Amino acid sequence: MKKLINDPADVVKEGLQGIAAAHADRVRVMTDPNVIVRADAPVQGKVGLVSGGGSGHEPMHGGFVGMGMLDAACPGEVFTSPTPDQMLAATKAVDGGAGVLHIVKNYTGDVLNFEMAADLARDEKIEVEAVVIDDDVAVQDSLYTAGRRGVGTTVLAEKICGAAAEQRRSLAEVAGLCRKVNANGRSMGMALTSCIVPAAGNPTFELGPAEMEIGIGIHGEPGRERRQMAPAREVVEMLATPIVEDLPFRSGDRVLAFVNSMGGTPLIELYVLYNDLRKFLAARGIEPVRTLIGPYITSLEMQGCSITLLKLDEELTALWDAPVDTPGLRWGA
Amino acid sequence: MPISDSQISDWIRAFAAAVAENKKYLTELDSAIGDADHGINMSRGMQAVLAKLDARQAADIGDLLKTVGMTLVSTVGGAGGPLYGTLFLQMGTSAAGKPELSDDEWAAALAAGVAGVQRRGKAEPGDKTMIDALVPAVEAVKSALAEGSALDEALRRSAEAAREGMTATIPLVARKGRASYLGERSANHQDPGATSSWLLLQAAADTLAAKDSQQR
Repeated sequence: MKKLINDPADVVKEGLQGIAAAHADRVRVMTDPNVIVRADAPVQGKVGLVSGGGSGHEPMHGGFVGMGMLDAACPGEVFTSPTPDQMLAATKAVDGGAGVLHIVKNYTGDVLNFEMAADLARDEKIEVEAVVIDDDVAVQDSLYTAGRRGVGTTVLAEKICGAAAEQRRSLAEVAGLCRKVNANGRSMGMALTSCIVPAAGNPTFELGPAEMEIGIGIHGEPGRERRQMAPAREVVEMLATPIVEDLPFRSGDRVLAFVNSMGGTPLIELYVLYNDLRKFLAARGIEPVRTLIGPYITSLEMQGCSITLLKLDEELTALWDAPVDTPGLRWGA
Repeated sequence: MPISDSQISDWIRAFAAAVAENKKYLTELDSAIGDADHGINMSRGMQAVLAKLDARQAADIGDLLKTVGMTLVSTVGGAGGPLYGTLFLQMGTSAAGKPELSDDEWAAALAAGVAGVQRRGKAEPGDKTMIDALVPAVEAVKSALAEGSALDEALRRSAEAAREGMTATIPLVARKGRASYLGERSANHQDPGATSSWLLLQAAADTLAAKDSQQR
C-alpha cells in the first residue's frame, strides 16, 4: 500500500485537523464526537441541514459544510457509518429553532444510526426530519435487498436543500424538496481499479488489468457485471442507458448532468466522458442545461466514474444556481 | 437462585473476551458477504464497554445494561452499533431498578432486547441476520423455563438454539444489510451478526449458569 498518510489509525483525525486549519473561515471542527460544523452555526430561524457517513468520500460531506449547503457533517471511520452521538451533537449545534433535516444515504448502518440520533434529538425537543437518498440504479432487486444505495444525487440534494434553507423555507418544505430531488435523480458508477481502505492495507476487491466493474458502489461493493475494458463512449452507454430508462428521462427533459470521479480518475477523462454523455443525451432529445464535473463523491483512490442525471424544473434550477460557499463547492457568493 | 449484578458484569466481560478472541474470524465472515469490519467494530466497542465497567459504581442491573448499550451505540458504528446498542438498552429498560434478576426476569429482559433489535433493523427470521440466532434463543429459554427447567439448563438450551440458528444462516440468501446486494452470491456463507449473537448467548450460558450451579 502506497498512501500519503502517517499512521492508518490517524487518517480520519488528522484529515479533520487539516480541514479545521485550512478552512477556519468557513467551518469549525468539533472532536469527541467528531463533527464539522458551519463557522456561524446555529443560524437563527434557518432549517439546519445535517448529513454524514463514512469517511473516504471527500469532499462529501465535510467539504460541503458552509453557506448555501450543509450546516454540519458527521464523519465516521473510513467507510463506516458515524454514530448517533455525533449526529445528536451535530443536530444540537445547528438547531436555529426551525428544525433540522437529516440527509441520509441508504446504507443499513447510516439509516439505523441516523434513526437512533433522530429519536435522541426528539427526546431533547428538537424537531427532526430525515430523508433517505437511494438513487443507484445498479441495484436491481431493490425489493429483496436493503434497497438502492445512496450515491451522486446526495451531493445535488445537499446543494439544492441548502439553498432552500437559506431562503428560510420551513422544515417540511426543505424535506419535501429533498424527496423531490431524490425522486428525480438517478446514478450509476463503474470502477477501473479497487480502493484500499487504510486500516485494511490491501485492495477491497480484485480486478484484472483489462477488466472493469460496471455498477460499482462507493465502498467497492460489487456492481451488476464485470466486463472487458471498453472506450469511454461505450462506458457512457453502459451507465447512462439504465439511468435514462429507469426514471425514465424523456425527450424534452432538461437535466443536470453530473460526471463524477471516484477519486483516481483525472479531470480530462471526466471531460471525455461528458463529451460522450452530451452526445448520448442529444440523441434522445434530453438537454443538459446544468453540469457538475469533478471529484465530489469519491471512493478513496479508486479509478472510475459515476454519472448522475437530475431532471430539473424551474424551482430546482433556481436553487441549484443560488450562491454557495463551502470548501468543496463555491459560486455566486 | 437469582442472577446477580456481578454475574451480569461477568457475562458482559465474557462476551468481550469472546469477541476479542474471534475478532479476526468475525471480520473474515464479514469480508465474504459484507464490508469486512464486524470483528474490528465489535471489538472496539466491547473494549470501550470494559473500560466503562471498570470505572462503574455499583447500581442496578438496568443501569449497567443501559451503560453497555449507550457505549456500543457511540463506539461501534456501522449497523452493529445501533443493533447491539438497542439490544442492551431495551434489556436495561426491562431490568430497570432491579438489583438481581429472577429466571423469568432474565427471559423477559432478553425478549425485550431482541424485540428492540427487530424493531430497529426490521429483519425477520430467515433474512440472514443476527435475528436468526436471537429469536430461537429467546424462544428456547422461555419454553425451557415454562417446562420447569433450572436456569442453567434453560441457558444451555438458549445458547444451543442460537448456535443452530447461526448455522442455519449458511444456506440463506441475505435480504437485509450490505450482504443483500450480493443476492444469490450471499448463500453458503455464515452470517457474521448471527455469529456474534451466538457468542453473546454462549457467554450467558457460561457465566450466568456456571456460578448458579457452583453455589448450589
